[in-house]
Amino acid sequence: MNGIHDIGGMDNIGPVNIEKGEPVFHEDWERKVYAMTLATMGAGIFVTDEVRYMTETIPPADYLTFSYYEKWLYSLEQLMLQKNIVTGEELESGKVTAPELTAGVEAATVERMQYGMNSRIPVFVDADIPPKFKVGDAIVARNINPLHHTRIPRYIRGRRGVVETHHGIFLLPDTNAHGGPDKPQHVYNVRFTARELWGDDAPGKDCVYIDLFDDYMDPAE
Amino acid sequence: MAGSAHRAPLSDLQLRVRALESLLIEKGAVSPETLDAIIDHFENKVGPHIGARVVARAWTDPDFKARLLKDASSTMAELGYTGIEGSHMVVVENTDKVHNLVVCTLCSCYPWPVLGLPPNWYKSTPYRARAVRDPRGMLKEFGLELAEDIEVRVWDSNAEIRYLVLPGRPDGTEDMSEEELQEIVTRDSMVGTGLVSFQ
Repeated sequence: MNGIHDIGGMDNIGPVNIEKGEPVFHEDWERKVYAMTLATMGAGIFVTDEVRYMTETIPPADYLTFSYYEKWLYSLEQLMLQKNIVTGEELESGKVTAPELTAGVEAATVERMQYGMNSRIPVFVDADIPPKFKVGDAIVARNINPLHHTRIPRYIRGRRGVVETHHGIFLLPDTNAHGGPDKPQHVYNVRFTARELWGDDAPGKDCVYIDLFDDYMDPAE
Repeated sequence: MAGSAHRAPLSDLQLRVRALESLLIEKGAVSPETLDAIIDHFENKVGPHIGARVVARAWTDPDFKARLLKDASSTMAELGYTGIEGSHMVVVENTDKVHNLVVCTLCSCYPWPVLGLPPNWYKSTPYRARAVRDPRGMLKEFGLELAEDIEVRVWDSNAEIRYLVLPGRPDGTEDMSEEELQEIVTRDSMVGTGLVSFQ
């Protein structure tokens, strides 16, 4: 989706505000929103790509004014509704009126979360799929504009780059954010020069490195 | 309804969170002990001090550094520095000729196990918009002016791979121990918005 979240390259967006000695969380409710999101994800109710997509659906004006954890709260509420964990009425009242909804849900235990927070859990997929590209290949980022979730930002679409490294096989976020079907694909790191992205005024040596799935690229002519 | 796209004052946010928390607990979708454990982990256990250990080790142990640059995921996992949002790691090295900068233009991906949760500026739209477009101009606001002959490499972490910058070791630190070196490594130097300095 060509949403406000895809903001790489936007001008006139103001300075970066740096807070000295910033705490991890500013408010207690932020802690709770963060922890509830991880815990419900740990319970298998949704995956990361689904949260990312939900955040992308925040209307642009709100996206730019919501605080960071306000966005998380919005996404968590919407996911809990979408996944039929809570009803709109329950969110309004704060009172449980549909206890049957979570009959099959098992809360993530402390042990399960400790494992996830401390163990190497590769999210690559063990699949026998040949890579479409190899290191050194010249590629063009596809000019695709899907309405669904995607992780190919606008600022590289149609631009030419070179494959720098091969990372392995991961699930394509475009379908993983929407309940599948699973599309395991190779992911590569691809280098784009700043001049290819921003024109001849850009510094000649600078470049952007970005990770791209097979579906995000074509071989360059 | 509570989830409508309406900018709520803080008290409304607190009420919404309280309502959601009590619902999810009562419905058995989350446990209070698990919430506490998650908060404790990210508030007290992980943070830039972990990344600083990795950097100090790389500065003092050439074999470790070589393995780190070749396979950061395994090399850091051996030390226990791994987990969600950090199981697929790449470490990129700053040199006299190259400066690396990490961003996530599409959201706020960040290597949690080695840096903890990101600061607000990293998650902000100005940082995400400008890091890829004008990294040099933006870095000046961080107090970092890069010479023209330095190649700036911006790493947009848009997939599941997370990036950590291995900053340059400053002059004058030759006699410092690994533990002493850990103390001078900053978060910003491992994101690429700063350098490690030593007076």
